[in-house]
Amino acid sequence: MQYKISFPHMGKYHVPIKILMEKLVGSYGVVSPAPPMTKRTIELGTKHSPEFVCIPFKYNLGNFIEALENGANVLFHTSGDCRMGFYNEVQEQILRDMGYDFKLCILETNSRNRSLRDFHNMFKALNPRLTYAKTISAIALVIRIIFAMDKTEEYVRKNIGFEKNPGELEKIEKNFLADIANATFFQVGKIYKKYMSQLQAVPLDKPQNCMKIGVVGELYVLMEPFSNYFIEKELAKFGIEVTRYINVSYLLFSPKHKIPHLLKEADGFVTYEIGADGTDSVAKSVFFAKNGYDGIIHLKPFGCTPEVNSIPIVQRVSDSYGIPVLYFSFDSQTSETGVKTRLEAFYDMIQMKRGA
Amino acid sequence: MKAYLGIDIGSISTKGVIIDEKKEIIAHSYLWTEGNPIGAVKNVVRELKDQLPPQTQVVAVGTTGSARKLIGTVLGAQIVKNEITAHAVGTMSRVPGVRTILEIGGQDSKIILLNNGIVTDYAMNTICAAGTGSFLMSQAKRLGLAIEELGEMALKSKNPTRIAARCTVFAESDLVHKAQIGHKKEDIVAGICNAVVNNYLNNVGKGKRISAPTVFQGGVSKNVGVVRAFEEILGHEVYVDDFGHLMGCLGVAVLAKNSKKESPFNFNIQEINFVTKGKECDVCPNNCEIIYIYRNDELLDSWGNRCERGTS
Repeated sequence: MQYKISFPHMGKYHVPIKILMEKLVGSYGVVSPAPPMTKRTIELGTKHSPEFVCIPFKYNLGNFIEALENGANVLFHTSGDCRMGFYNEVQEQILRDMGYDFKLCILETNSRNRSLRDFHNMFKALNPRLTYAKTISAIALVIRIIFAMDKTEEYVRKNIGFEKNPGELEKIEKNFLADIANATFFQVGKIYKKYMSQLQAVPLDKPQNCMKIGVVGELYVLMEPFSNYFIEKELAKFGIEVTRYINVSYLLFSPKHKIPHLLKEADGFVTYEIGADGTDSVAKSVFFAKNGYDGIIHLKPFGCTPEVNSIPIVQRVSDSYGIPVLYFSFDSQTSETGVKTRLEAFYDMIQMKRGA
Repeated sequence: MKAYLGIDIGSISTKGVIIDEKKEIIAHSYLWTEGNPIGAVKNVVRELKDQLPPQTQVVAVGTTGSARKLIGTVLGAQIVKNEITAHAVGTMSRVPGVRTILEIGGQDSKIILLNNGIVTDYAMNTICAAGTGSFLMSQAKRLGLAIEELGEMALKSKNPTRIAARCTVFAESDLVHKAQIGHKKEDIVAGICNAVVNNYLNNVGKGKRISAPTVFQGGVSKNVGVVRAFEEILGHEVYVDDFGHLMGCLGVAVLAKNSKKESPFNFNIQEINFVTKGKECDVCPNNCEIIYIYRNDELLDSWGNRCERGTS
């Protein structure tokens, strides 16, 4: 039997994850990410989820259901540092109760529990011909791709609000993702350089002292634009430079994401770790406040405990430095109007402050 | 004489003002929206027209409130602004030194902090509409009172009933329970007013420094019971403007004036037939809800779709 492998979405990361799986499973399976996110995804997810879980759970479950409808029989999921760590087990049970038959594999993301052997063995169970050499080379390739992707995305995020001909950056980024999907380890650098110089050649109309906003908060709603109502795109429309540290390369591999560094960066606002990415939200808020940013936007799923804990401290950063913070809680509402109203008012407020 | 029209189309009520060049209100109107923003705006515009002094020409229009985009299109507005900016600008034109604006409307509530005429911080209620006008409305109905009576009745109370303020659902069951065990009606009404204020301060005003002068506005500011509750809990005077309910439309009229974009406004929109049509796009499973708006069968604008496909 051939495996049909699928996994949920988060931003554009289906590109490298697909490569990773294809390299590791070889001819024993076909890999296709869950169908693109639509309103149906979240409707399905909400319908079959417990009411009180946070919104990433509902999106993931919706992705899984749509993947299973398309015939997937192996699902991949990740672990997490908050209650998300238990989500895969609950989701597995829900899907089995719905009558689906599949195999669920967990990619461990926490560096304390990550082990190459477990990772290798998980794929070895799917692909008996897998060797350690192959596993290691696949991991190396995909890490390199993720770093390249995150760097190009960062450039696009910072500059997309200032394009002379809107749409150019996104088009180049799309071509880059298509090209990088077929790259070998040694080609990644060349492809990255090629597209980066294309991106840098895009004519921009960016004032020296443009408005700058930093976004902090829970990782899923930060990285999955569908779940945050494409907030970064909305900000770009106002001509704002957007900075966000949270991305996969930062979360998994950056030494700056380690707790001792974050506590130092938080500069006395927190003494102990908050849990999950709460410490990060505080540390980066302090960083944005100290570095002349005009405002901070804090995103979280409704009911996200680590981020709820970080909010009073972020508010204290806001009071101490006089930097405004806009908070959003996302759940499965469908109206974007509320988000747009608040963003517009936030922009107006900063604009007024800068004019004074 | 040049004049400027501002309209605030909220979920519950539609407000309109016309101001002259000195930003003085020369005409105003306040009507229920009743789920029909276009109809309500037609009526508001007609009322405004009747109050208009002769020889006055409206040269710019601004819209705000939750139907601002729709009505902005219908009226050909120069300015379409969010409620927060509109309220801040409107209030500052009446109370120049204002530091805190408390606003409780039909579906939403907000707090705006200002310093030296600059908005420094604001917040809006997030997911839930607890502690807003619609809560007061449904509770008044439950107690068999008209919404206008609530305030006066609350003032009669010497011993307000304690009612849970965290969540509307809890507040409601608390209220039913207290009524059944024999609390007096005026005490319960005063308790509701306190609950609205506590809910507001916990959910919207959380952690924000509320300094005087404080202005309270929005439909709920007409309720003297809530005003008294605010003053008792905050410990300083809370100023309620007679035109408090008009601050949003006043603000957007001022913004329309400041925009310097002018084109004569025609009051004949009464005779024009505006129709909106909603359609679910079926190009992809995203099923964007697209709204088309027609003026006498001519397509004015459409919105709601996330991509270019499916606009036709």
